[in-house]
Amino acid sequence: MTFWLLAPLMVAAALGILFVRKAVHAALLLAVVMISLAFLYAVMDAPFLFAVQIIVYTGAILMLFLFVMMLIGVDAADSVVETIRGQRATAVVLGLLFGSVLVIGISQVTFGTVVGLDEANAGGNVPAIANILFSRYVFAFEATSALLITAALGAMVLAHRERLTPRATQADLAARRIRDYAEHGFHPGPLPSPGVYARHNAVDTPALLPDGTAAESSVSRVLAARGTVRSAPALADDIDDVRRQLAGEGHSDPSTMPETSGKAGTPANTEEDVK
Amino acid sequence: MAEGAHAPVVAPDTGAGGVFELLWLVIALPLLGAVLLLAVAPFLPGSARAAVDRHGHLLGTATAVASFGLSLVLFLSLLGRDAEERQVGQHLWTWFETGSLDVGMDLLYDQLAALFLLLITGVGSLIHVYAIGYMAHDPRRRRFFGYLNLFVAAMLTLILSANFVGLFLGWEGVGLASYLLIGFWQHKPSAAAAAKKAFVINRVGDIGLSLAIALMFATFGTTDFGDVSAHTGEASQGTLTALGLLLLLGACGKSAQVPLQAWLLDAMEGPTPVSALIHAATMVTAGVYLVVRSNFIFELAPVAQTAVVVVATVTLLWGAILGCAKDDIKKALAGSTMSQIGYMMLAAGLGPVGYPFAIFHLLTHGFFKANMFLGAGSVMHGMDDDVDMRHYGALNKAMPVTFLTFAMGYLAIIGFPGFSGFWSKDKIIESALAENLLVGVLAVLGAGITAFYMTRLMLLTFFTSRRWEEGVHPHESPRVMTVPLVVLAALSVLGGVLLLGDWIVTWLEPVTGHAEHHEPPLPAIAITLLITAVVALGVAAAWFLVGRREVPREAPREVSFATRAARADLYGDAINDALVVRPGTGLVGGLTLFDRVGVDGAVEGGSAAVGGLSSTMRRVQNGFVRSYALSLLGGALLVVLALLAVNLG
Amino acid sequence: MTEYIVLSAILFTIGCVGVLVRRNAIVVFMCVELMLNACNLAFVAFARQHGNLDGQITAFFVMVVAAAEVVIGLAIIMTIFRTRRSASVDDASLLKY
Repeated sequence: MTFWLLAPLMVAAALGILFVRKAVHAALLLAVVMISLAFLYAVMDAPFLFAVQIIVYTGAILMLFLFVMMLIGVDAADSVVETIRGQRATAVVLGLLFGSVLVIGISQVTFGTVVGLDEANAGGNVPAIANILFSRYVFAFEATSALLITAALGAMVLAHRERLTPRATQADLAARRIRDYAEHGFHPGPLPSPGVYARHNAVDTPALLPDGTAAESSVSRVLAARGTVRSAPALADDIDDVRRQLAGEGHSDPSTMPETSGKAGTPANTEEDVK
Repeated sequence: MAEGAHAPVVAPDTGAGGVFELLWLVIALPLLGAVLLLAVAPFLPGSARAAVDRHGHLLGTATAVASFGLSLVLFLSLLGRDAEERQVGQHLWTWFETGSLDVGMDLLYDQLAALFLLLITGVGSLIHVYAIGYMAHDPRRRRFFGYLNLFVAAMLTLILSANFVGLFLGWEGVGLASYLLIGFWQHKPSAAAAAKKAFVINRVGDIGLSLAIALMFATFGTTDFGDVSAHTGEASQGTLTALGLLLLLGACGKSAQVPLQAWLLDAMEGPTPVSALIHAATMVTAGVYLVVRSNFIFELAPVAQTAVVVVATVTLLWGAILGCAKDDIKKALAGSTMSQIGYMMLAAGLGPVGYPFAIFHLLTHGFFKANMFLGAGSVMHGMDDDVDMRHYGALNKAMPVTFLTFAMGYLAIIGFPGFSGFWSKDKIIESALAENLLVGVLAVLGAGITAFYMTRLMLLTFFTSRRWEEGVHPHESPRVMTVPLVVLAALSVLGGVLLLGDWIVTWLEPVTGHAEHHEPPLPAIAITLLITAVVALGVAAAWFLVGRREVPREAPREVSFATRAARADLYGDAINDALVVRPGTGLVGGLTLFDRVGVDGAVEGGSAAVGGLSSTMRRVQNGFVRSYALSLLGGALLVVLALLAVNLG
Repeated sequence: MTEYIVLSAILFTIGCVGVLVRRNAIVVFMCVELMLNACNLAFVAFARQHGNLDGQITAFFVMVVAAAEVVIGLAIIMTIFRTRRSASVDDASLLKY
């Protein structure tokens, strides 16, 4: 029953890997196949492999895939155009042939009655596997350890990058800054910090220059590009509002003060209003 | 051609002590001279080297003379032994031993070798002395004498070796020395080309000799004269004929017999002492020696013997005709040499009847031809190295000693009664007439032509009108050159004493075998008269055609076809060119073309095909890992299908 | 029993095709993991079929190896990304003809 639920799902997910354009989607579809496979292992009396499939394959290997994908760009997508002439058609034809031959061939075979693993798993699946692994397959098991160590070393060697130029020192950086200033007029010191006001102290509020205009370099360019930079003069609006209330229409609860709106309002009248 | 005759077996006595222990020294002395002059001298420090350059020729001459003295002592010792014990052997060391082939450094000193030893070291010594004067102004005289010594050592090795492999060593050694000496004035392109030509044509003959040696080893398992001569009766007729023909090919190359005659006239590019020693007196007669030494093979191979006779007859006429047309005094003499060697070969081809006379003529020819070559050198010496006889004339007054000695040689070669050549040539023609009438008649004809061209040479050089130019002052050569001339002239006159009481025939009989004399068609005295008459005819013809006319300084252009052919060496070079060189060039060109188009084409085409296929196939390696994975999936599919096919099918 | 194996085969094939058609190295890697998981499913199913725990042990080892492989693979992907600013497997195609 479980098989007939999972098998179409797996085939569909596997086919999806062929057709989706984004590698991330392919990875997710592969995760579906693997987890389904883990369930099939469970169904076939292999609880140890069920756990290993989930932990090692889905948990570690597939995550490694995603990790590398993040490194080289999630957005990377295959172009639809096939570069090798006839490759796609031939691959599909050959694949269909191969699959049908395999399926037809397998369906010709009579497997006989299933023995089942009840007897083998009598003392528990994990102890039984451990028994075989550490007796009959102990050398192969040890060999895999050598394989894994080699793989780890190999990955380190491959990932290692030689530094070809000496690391830039503090003095080099300072010299470069001054040279930039001399040649291009770039400001050698740190950028101005955002404005700090009585009621506002955030990275989206620019500092004010002596003539009352906002210093654009005091806020991040990203925020400027998004259009979420506050207008410094507008910050004074609610103070003016409070003053008006104090002066005129009586008491008003501070908690009911109207929210400031970034772009609304007129430019500030005076500097001392703000400070 | 003595059918069924049995050649004597060579069985040297290796235990002969006494002076025969020093046999090796005959070779070692000139070899030492050659090593000192050629290999050691160049590495001496400056002053010592200069001294060797100044006095090296004395060392070279001394070794040759010492060798001659030793040869003389050996000869006298051999004379002192009984006739049956006159084959002395000496085992020096085992040269090489491979499988069943065991070749020793063995020497054989018998009656034949003794005569050759005397000729080579004697004439060689005289020519060394002569060359002291002739080469006095040559800056490379030390090297010249080193080469001469090398030649003498190699020639003695050839003569003294007791097996065919050692003979081959000497054979190649004299070939090398001949090459070096013909090309001694290598700054002249004609000399370098002549040396190359002689070397290449000699290689053709050497192939024959080396094949003969290989065949001998295959047949008898040995190349020792003694063992081979003891077993020739066991070999088949075909093998013996092949052996004889191959040996004849070798002899043709070395002795400038038709068809390998073309190199000898060009070899006259060498210094005149070289022409006298190597290309007249000694080396070119090595072919005759080879045939006589291999008598135990030729005796049993009548076909090969006939071939020898044919080659010899053709050559003696060929050389004589060349001699008639040449204006270059040395080339005329070279043609004469070729012709005279033809006589020797003819005698050697006649079998045991002729062998002694072949050697006899070889000796007398060695004397008078060396005499005449040295005389020609003396004339050239006085005429500022001009070799054209048309520029000579009336030199008998200017060079009396040269003239007189040359005249002795002249009389000897034409066979003037009483002179050495008379006896030797007369005997050969007599034997030829007895064996085969046609050959004999041709030999008589050759004697007539010989008389003609030698008389022509004599007249052009020493008589008729004076034709040399104003600046030339003919003068007699120094003593060091004339004394050897006088000695050789005396030998030319007196060489005939060897025939007294048939001494040389008896002397050589243990080597060459006893001969059944056939009766000549005419009595011997009639033959002698006939020959003398023909010779007189030749002399008279020369007198009327040359001596009584005005001789132009330039050779006339308007001449008969025969003269033109003779001037062009009877088209020997053209024949070689047409028969060998051009087909060879064509064959090599064809092979080159086949190699370039066929072989290279296949190889390069194969590589290009593989390369093209690869450059197409490599497109599969497109660098995309997903393509590779696709192939992997395809492969997996195939494997699965195969598994299913096997398991379910 | 057959249904588990068939599901395993289908998941494996989908993983295969995913490796072949996706170009993002991380997604390709996920598809490889999917194939490994499909195999694990078959192992566990066969363990039940035969009534012994060897299949489960094998699945366990596969997980260990997969963990090691993911660590190294992701490190490689990180390195490539650091030098090429791209996680596409097609961009790393210099080793070719």
